[in-house]
Amino acid sequence: MIFRKIDSERRQPNKESQACGLFGVMNTSGERFGGEMAITAIKNIKVRGNGLGGGFAVYGLYPEYRDYYALHVMFQNRNQEAKRKVDEFLNGHFRIVHDEEIPTDERVPLFSPPLCWRYFVAPRKRPEEEGVPDDEFVVARVMHINCHIEDAYVFSSGKDMGVFKGVGFPEEIAEYFMLDKLYRGYIWTVHSRFPTNTPGWWGGAHPFNILDWTVVHNGEISSYGTNKRFLEMFGYYCTLYTDTEVMAYAVDLLMRRQGLPIEVVAKIFAPPMWDLIAHMDGEERRLYTVLRMVYAPLLINGPFTVIVAHHNEMFGLTDRIRLRPITAAARGDFVFLSSEEAAIRAVSPEVDLAWTPSGGEPVVVRLHTRDHLKSVARSI
Amino acid sequence: MKTGNWKCWELKERESEGMATVSARLGLRDMFMDGVRPVRELLPRLYLNGQTAEIDGAGLKHKEVNDLVREAALKGARKIVLRNIYGQRYIGTRLYLPARVEIEVHSNPGNDLGAFLNGHKITVYGNAQDGVGNTMDGGEIVVHGRAGDIVAMSMRGGKIFIRDNVGYRTAIHMKEYTGKVPVLVIGGTAQDFFGEYMAGGIVILLGLGLGENERHRAHYIGTGMHGGVIYLRGRVEPYQLGREVGVLDLDENDWQIVRRYVDEYAAHFGADADRILAGKFQKLLPVSKRPYGKIYAY
Amino acid sequence: MYSYLLPEFTVVRREDRCIRCRVCERQCAEGVHHLDQNLDRMFSAEEKCVGCQRCVVFCPTGALYVRPHPSEYRPNYNWTRERFQDLKKQAETGGVILTGSGNDKPFRVYWDHLVLNASQVTNPSIDPLREPMELRTFLGRKPDTLELEVQGDRVSIKSELHPNVVIETPIVFSAMSYGAISYQAFKSLAMAAKEFGTLFNTGEGGLPRDMRAEYGPHAIVQCASGRFGVDPEYLNCAAAIEIKIGQGAKPGIGGHLPGEKVSNSIARTRMIPEGTDALSPAPQHDIYSIEDLSMLIYALKEATNYEKPVSVKIAAVHNVAAIASGIVRAGADIVAIDGLRGGTGAAPKIIRDNVGIPIELALAAVDRRLREEGIRHKCSILVAGGFRCSADVLKAIALGADAVYIGSAALVAMGCTLCQKCYTGRCAWGICTQDPYLSKRINPEIASQRLVNLLRGWSHEIKEMLGGMGINAIESVRGNREHLRGVGLEDWELEVLGVKGAGE
Repeated sequence: MIFRKIDSERRQPNKESQACGLFGVMNTSGERFGGEMAITAIKNIKVRGNGLGGGFAVYGLYPEYRDYYALHVMFQNRNQEAKRKVDEFLNGHFRIVHDEEIPTDERVPLFSPPLCWRYFVAPRKRPEEEGVPDDEFVVARVMHINCHIEDAYVFSSGKDMGVFKGVGFPEEIAEYFMLDKLYRGYIWTVHSRFPTNTPGWWGGAHPFNILDWTVVHNGEISSYGTNKRFLEMFGYYCTLYTDTEVMAYAVDLLMRRQGLPIEVVAKIFAPPMWDLIAHMDGEERRLYTVLRMVYAPLLINGPFTVIVAHHNEMFGLTDRIRLRPITAAARGDFVFLSSEEAAIRAVSPEVDLAWTPSGGEPVVVRLHTRDHLKSVARSI
Repeated sequence: MKTGNWKCWELKERESEGMATVSARLGLRDMFMDGVRPVRELLPRLYLNGQTAEIDGAGLKHKEVNDLVREAALKGARKIVLRNIYGQRYIGTRLYLPARVEIEVHSNPGNDLGAFLNGHKITVYGNAQDGVGNTMDGGEIVVHGRAGDIVAMSMRGGKIFIRDNVGYRTAIHMKEYTGKVPVLVIGGTAQDFFGEYMAGGIVILLGLGLGENERHRAHYIGTGMHGGVIYLRGRVEPYQLGREVGVLDLDENDWQIVRRYVDEYAAHFGADADRILAGKFQKLLPVSKRPYGKIYAY
Repeated sequence: MYSYLLPEFTVVRREDRCIRCRVCERQCAEGVHHLDQNLDRMFSAEEKCVGCQRCVVFCPTGALYVRPHPSEYRPNYNWTRERFQDLKKQAETGGVILTGSGNDKPFRVYWDHLVLNASQVTNPSIDPLREPMELRTFLGRKPDTLELEVQGDRVSIKSELHPNVVIETPIVFSAMSYGAISYQAFKSLAMAAKEFGTLFNTGEGGLPRDMRAEYGPHAIVQCASGRFGVDPEYLNCAAAIEIKIGQGAKPGIGGHLPGEKVSNSIARTRMIPEGTDALSPAPQHDIYSIEDLSMLIYALKEATNYEKPVSVKIAAVHNVAAIASGIVRAGADIVAIDGLRGGTGAAPKIIRDNVGIPIELALAAVDRRLREEGIRHKCSILVAGGFRCSADVLKAIALGADAVYIGSAALVAMGCTLCQKCYTGRCAWGICTQDPYLSKRINPEIASQRLVNLLRGWSHEIKEMLGGMGINAIESVRGNREHLRGVGLEDWELEVLGVKGAGE
């Protein structure tokens, strides 16, 4: 864990808010499929973005490097000095099994595309680091690159998954990275962005990632300052100036480090109101009261719909008073999550079931289960 | 040593020059209007046969679909069937015309279906999304499926029938004035903030999908209500109602109103009106016209 | 010695309105007004007037104006009127000048230079009248993580939790001891706290036995340097215990209750002989260093079976951040900080006006330091010192406080006009006095209603401001400096507060 003096908030630039469109699709039997569905769906809700940000997260796309951390690194302004520093840093802390430029189609006209490189690495620990778990090791190194190496940012750092994002409509990003031609995965999430504060910043597009967690987010987190300051105490530094970052780190903290299940984490992010807690029975009431008391700084306030994914799981969640929309649908082994039902219908006109959960109720999609149907009872 | 905090700050200065040049070169990107084709190019999608028109919406943008609908209406169509609709918005809005048309939508209209509707009739054979009948002035909307959030928001007249369930903030700010009373009938159940800030109108929630003793799941029903009436069929607990709501039994007048609109609902969706009317109904009325008088110090 | 002092106030009576009802004569606690029967005229002895405005408010015909005395020394920026008067008074008495209430000097009030955010377009503001808005706050230590046991759908909590106290609004009544204020005023605070669902602080004067059963669960009891009234029942009937190290009005020195104010019932409550001076020592004599504080904190926890959070109250001084950090590591569950503007019943004027730092800067510094050390969740921060309105409260929460103590504001709600003569024991409003004739003027039924109205009005206003920011739970604005901007502040002030300038 890096310890450093936190600068005064006076010096920190303003954060972005997320007016956007989201879509996610997962095959619950683990079968990998191409990107056409994600691209078609996000094109259908094109008006939710403004062409200044789009991104995809794909799980299961590097089967031959499955056991290595796939670091997608972006070098702003194609800064070669930054690349040299990152190469040196990674060589010092990792064994680089393979690295190459992420293939792109240069004919697609995008605003100032950075150099995008991927490294497949395994941690190389010093004797005193033997006790540190691999995941912690990688998080610390990623934080270091983001904070200390100018013009270098790590887009994704998980095993057998990758994030592709940038400034442009999502279908343009897909074309640029040739997603529908080159990759197959069993979870695809995609995001179309409408930024107001940082229009040209590639790092600000979604999905946001730490290890194999990705978050795509629609809304604005009005409790960002509170959430960020709490997370800083645990070593997560928000360097990408978009409020979605706190969601990604909060999910990592609660689910990976503290081992809480998604159903509990959803109740931390979007807890029920006190007057409803008062009507619950003893055990439940105590649980919710204690969760709100202990995790008050992680209550995510303000409108949001998020789709969070990691290996074997994808879940969708809205804020406690459902200020942003979400629709879930299932067809055979496929489960869809989307900002608008029409996007799902455009991809799959016939579905077995379509439902919309209440605010604060997660739709949890797990590999080899029908867990996503649990939320139907509390949905419309 | 550079820290993360400074990187983004300086980045903004550099990129703003680049952004300006690119915008000058590529033009400001407008996701709504970009690539919209003129109507004459789209005419092949419109099959006009006397007073009936059919439009194939596959791959059409929001404005393009509505351009064709208006074109059809201006050319004399009185019944317009839309096919392959996936998410196109504002269907029925751009018809501020003296003639009255009937629109059929197959099958998934986008947000703001019938926003500011000017007396026309829209039937949807599929699920609708958010904003159905947003600030609707008159006409009728019938949805053979469910609808999303803010159905009938600020609705001022006309009728909406939704066969299944609806989402949050249904009938928020609904209004009535001098004989113009909007009506909303929902067959299933609703989510929170049902009838928030109602100032007029008639809302009927039938709860047909609920089990024998299963209660509606909405909370804060009628919060801020200061006009209008909600007829609720099914069970709710007192704590689910907003502070401004009082619960009463229906009188003969109420039953006439409920019977009339339940009959219309049954006719649209092939339901059993008698079975519906045999259920337990309650009337929700605002307790005061000025619920917030005591909060402010003058 | 002949006094050279000018009178502070002048009393102007409109003879066309005065009806000789003698209300002013009865209401004044200083004996300023009297009726000359022969001349059938009211006379006013201006030199005794303290400007408490009681007679003006109660005069049925509005015949009185009480205002600062028009006689003025030659204008002198350096030698102000106040400097003159204080110096002359000292020359006459050779004593330490006493005063009451809080610092009235023109130090910058940072609350007036901070502005709040509202959400528009990118984020909806939330409607506080129709949609729920939550102010419930938990005071106490929170665990690092929660250990849960998940069995299918049932989730139960395995961790042992530290005790926390729940308040329905982030406003708590500050420490005002029974002795400094009258029994009726003290009881009004207790009744209002109980009715609204928040807490009041007993101050160093103990909690009268007859109030313990009913109001104990709403009380924060103080264990101060004089240990007045501290018995096991006192400790165990309370909601929380506060160790008082210092207070904002007089950092570094103890409380002061002259023998005249120690009546029979005060003597019983404080457990000292009647008529003696109740002078609290400056330090707590068993706390000479931080490890001693740790010892006392755990002693109190042992005495109360670890069922109540223990708070430590300090004054805001230069190294308040380091002190607060030490206090949290010593085991305190709540840190209460009293700033420069904190009020008091009696304090040397020279200390009240010159010692301490503004609470806004202290709060920002403490919150930041605790966060940097990763221990912010181990305590709740309560701040005090001159909060005048609900916007001040919300800005304090945005800077990092969990809740706010109000002292002067509560007294003003009951009638106080901050005439700063609390130490005389002759409060015409019946608040800071033990004189039974005067203290009867406070009817606890009515005064507690005034306090409840204050809490209700402020809570509504906080809800409106929260809704405007697009937030529906107070925990999301705690420490959220993104929602504050500074106007008319210098760079270093913005830096310390951690707040951007408006427009940045």
